[in-house]
Parts: sequence; C-alpha cells; structure tokens
Amino acid sequence: MRIAAVFAAALAAAPFCASAQDTAGRNLAAGCAICHGTEGRPVIKEGSPLIPLAGLPKDHIITQMKLFRDGKRPATVMHQIAKGYSDEQIDQLASWFASQKR
Amino acid sequence: MKGFKRRDFLKITAAAATLSAAGCATMAPAKGRVVVIGGGFGGATAAKYIRMWDPSIDVVLVERESGFVSCPISNLVLGGFTTMPEISRGYEGLQRHGVRVVRDEAVAVDASKKTVRLARGGDLAYERLVVSPGIDFTFGEIAGYEAAMASGRVLHAWKAGPQTVALRRQLEQMKDGGVYVLSIPVAPYRCPPGPYERASMVAAYFKQAKPRSKVLVLDANPDVTSKPGLFKAAWKDLYGGILEYRGNAKAVGVDVKTMTVKLEVEDVKGDVLNVVPPHGAADIARKAGLVTTNNRWCDVDWRTMESKAVKGVYVLGDATLSAPAMPKSGSMANNHAKIAAAAIVEILNGREPQPVQIINTCYSFVSQKEAIRVSSVHQWDATQGTLAAVKGSGGVSAARSEAEGTFAWNWAKTIWADSLA
Repeated sequence: MRIAAVFAAALAAAPFCASAQDTAGRNLAAGCAICHGTEGRPVIKEGSPLIPLAGLPKDHIITQMKLFRDGKRPATVMHQIAKGYSDEQIDQLASWFASQKR
Repeated sequence: MKGFKRRDFLKITAAAATLSAAGCATMAPAKGRVVVIGGGFGGATAAKYIRMWDPSIDVVLVERESGFVSCPISNLVLGGFTTMPEISRGYEGLQRHGVRVVRDEAVAVDASKKTVRLARGGDLAYERLVVSPGIDFTFGEIAGYEAAMASGRVLHAWKAGPQTVALRRQLEQMKDGGVYVLSIPVAPYRCPPGPYERASMVAAYFKQAKPRSKVLVLDANPDVTSKPGLFKAAWKDLYGGILEYRGNAKAVGVDVKTMTVKLEVEDVKGDVLNVVPPHGAADIARKAGLVTTNNRWCDVDWRTMESKAVKGVYVLGDATLSAPAMPKSGSMANNHAKIAAAAIVEILNGREPQPVQIINTCYSFVSQKEAIRVSSVHQWDATQGTLAAVKGSGGVSAARSEAEGTFAWNWAKTIWADSLA
C-alpha cells in the first residue's frame, strides 16, 4: 500500500517534473489540440465526429495513425496530417495521449 | 484591472510561487516573470501553455481590449450566418490558469532594462517577453484611405470587431442591385484564404436576400492565393452571375465622394467599398525594434520564436516573417505560441529548448454550411535553418462539403478554448 501511495504521488507530480521523452510527446501532442482539444480532451462532447484522444490506449492510437498515414482508413484531413509524422513520433504522441486523464 | 498596482503584483507573484512550489519537491522557486503583449490566438495560447507546463512561472498578459473577437468565422457574421457573441470570448479562462490579465496597451519596450511601458503609466519588468501584436495597416499606400475611413463609408473589417458589425450593416442597407467591392492587398497578408471566403459569404447573402446584387473582387495578386481550384469551383457552381473576380487589380486610391476604388489603370465604382489596405507587424513590434524584413515583418528563430533582432523577446503570429509555405493564420499563431511556451519553460528551468513540430489547418466557408480546407505539418529543418513543410504531408479538401463545414465549426470552438479556456 505504501509503495502504491508513493507511486501515485509521483504520478500526480509528473506533469511538473517531466522527462525529456514526456516533453517531446507533450510538445508533439500540443499541435493536435487545435482540433482535438487541450491535452486531447474535446471541447464539443456531444455529437462530435472527433474521438477524445486523452486516455485512449497507446496501441490503438498507433494503429489508427498508421492506417491514416498509409491511406487505409478514409478521412477528410487525417490522412494528410498523419503523413507528417515518423514511427518514432507516432509512438511518442501515442504514449503521451494514453497517459492523460480522460 | 483599473486599480492595478505594482506592489499588488509582487505580492501575487510571491503567493503564486509559494503555492506552486509545494506541488513538486524538486522544483526550483519562482523563475521570474514572462510578460505577453497581445491576447489573440498567439499571446493567449502562450500565456496559458506556459502556466500549464510550469505553474511556477509568473505570467502577465497585456491586452488593450476587454475581450477576444475571432477573425476566423467573422466572415460568417458578414453573411448573416452567425453573430458577434458566437465568435467572442472573455479572458477569465486565462485567469483560471493563473495568468494575470492587465487591460492596458503596451507602448514601448526597453530590452536592456527588460521592461514594458504601459499606456496608463508604469513599467512591467520581465525575464522573457512574448510579443504577439497582430497587424497594423499602412494606410498611406492607398491615397485617400484615411479620409475615407474617417467618413465611416470605407471599411477594412480585417480586424474582427466594430468594423465587422459596421460592414454587415452596410451590406444590409445596400439596395438590391448594388455592388459590393472587396479589395485585397499584395501577399503576404493576414489570412490568405480570408478574402475569398469573405467574397463567398457576401455572395451567399446576396443570393438569398438581394439576388440582383454583385460581388466584385479586386485582387492585387495575379490569382487567388489560397485553395484557388476549390474557391473557383464554388464560385462557378454557386455564384455565377453574382461574383466576379479580377486578378492584378491593385487598389492605389479610394474616393468616398464618388464611391470609387482607383486601380492603376481604371476606376471602379461600388455601393459598399471594403478595402483591405496593405499591412505589417503591429506598431509595438516596430517600436520594440523587432521588425527585420521589408519594413513589415519580424524574423524569428523557428526553434524558439525568439526575435532575430532582440534577445529575450519572442514574436508570434501574423507579425512574424512567415516560414516557407506557412500562412498567417490563427492555427499558426496558436502553434507558434506552443513553440515559444516550450522553449521559455525549458530555458527558465535551465534546460536546452528542443524544436517543436507544428500543424496548420485553415477552413474556409464557401456557402452557409459547406467549407474547404488546407492543412500542413511544419518541422524544424537544420539545413535550411527554418521550419519547413514535411514532405508528402498536408493538402486540401477533396471537394467542398458540409462535413468540412462541421469540422470547421469544431476547429473554431476548439481552438478558441485551446487558446483561451
């Protein structure tokens, strides 16, 4: 229990004591916010065609980004945006969004 | 903000530092103050994100207006498809992030003393300064413009606000069978697709309410500067007989007595004259010594947004000398702010800033419900020493659609919140 509590406290403080890797993911994710909302939390909650990115499983984000990038998932815009990101960047983005509270 | 005093400021700063330091045991004490000039897409976003990413940094935003009015979507007000309250937001969202919002005008910057002079008196000291001032017009390039504007008859409405309302009123009062003239300056100007969206919105209004009226677009550029294929297809399909476009038609004068726009080779009469004059970085950027290029724009280091002319000062938004293939847009200003916020947070924490990859997305309505879009992804290119569009990324809509219109409204409401809430 004590270890869990310490771990939770460390997680809570994480945004202010972020690693370089987290910062890279956070900075990449910030670009998405103009359509997907600050930290991947949507502004329009009802009836929006955009799914919330915050708290989405990492593997799911990676799979969908690569489907968009390879033209295998139909889109109005994401096929054009996804082509701007390398595998490594997609991994960083996905890790960061997955670690955010919904 | 009227009773704002310097000593209140210092008290608040100290309190904020104590509170935030308690949140993280390894955190250094307060790292000094960032002053942000301008509460538009760039400045508001910078203020919010610096506080989000490091609450131990004290942030003060200086803005002369009481609230934010969005230029994007304001063309829909001209068409009668939305209202001013829908495109307006307050600054209380920034205050919830701990940003101190000061309603005043920055009139001078002393970069050696690191202070900003306020119009109402007093200086604000800064550790880092963010300048996101928008644009000011060079009215003198169009003969007779200032007199015409003073008469209230000729408007630019290229800063959303009272002129947007006034232009809508002129359009409503114009007789059916009248001519609305829109004059566009030579690029680069604020919002490349903006004039063509505006022409479309006014044409949509005429088609509904005043079908014998005309929209005449006088473009100083040789052709439509943004999304030309999509705009021209919409005009042909939707506004045949209403909207006429002329390239290479640069306004050099305006005469309110005869309601005439003077081109280099002829005079054009209209009933509503909407003349957008050439413009550059706003006056405060000039006064602060930030203008570097063509006596108009501010060159920056695109890894940090730091001015190439003045150390410790970061310039955002339309005032910058745009990187290749980068438009002067709200999306870009918001993203510039994230580059600057990331850099300033790293620097004030004693770390090396890293380049930030950013996204542009610009929607334009071509009818009440249908929109078109252009997008791009921009990455630091060490060889070129600038942000460059990532090869193979970006593009425009396949066609105009109501789906893009839905995404456009989503973008607007989301970026307003991302910048201000």
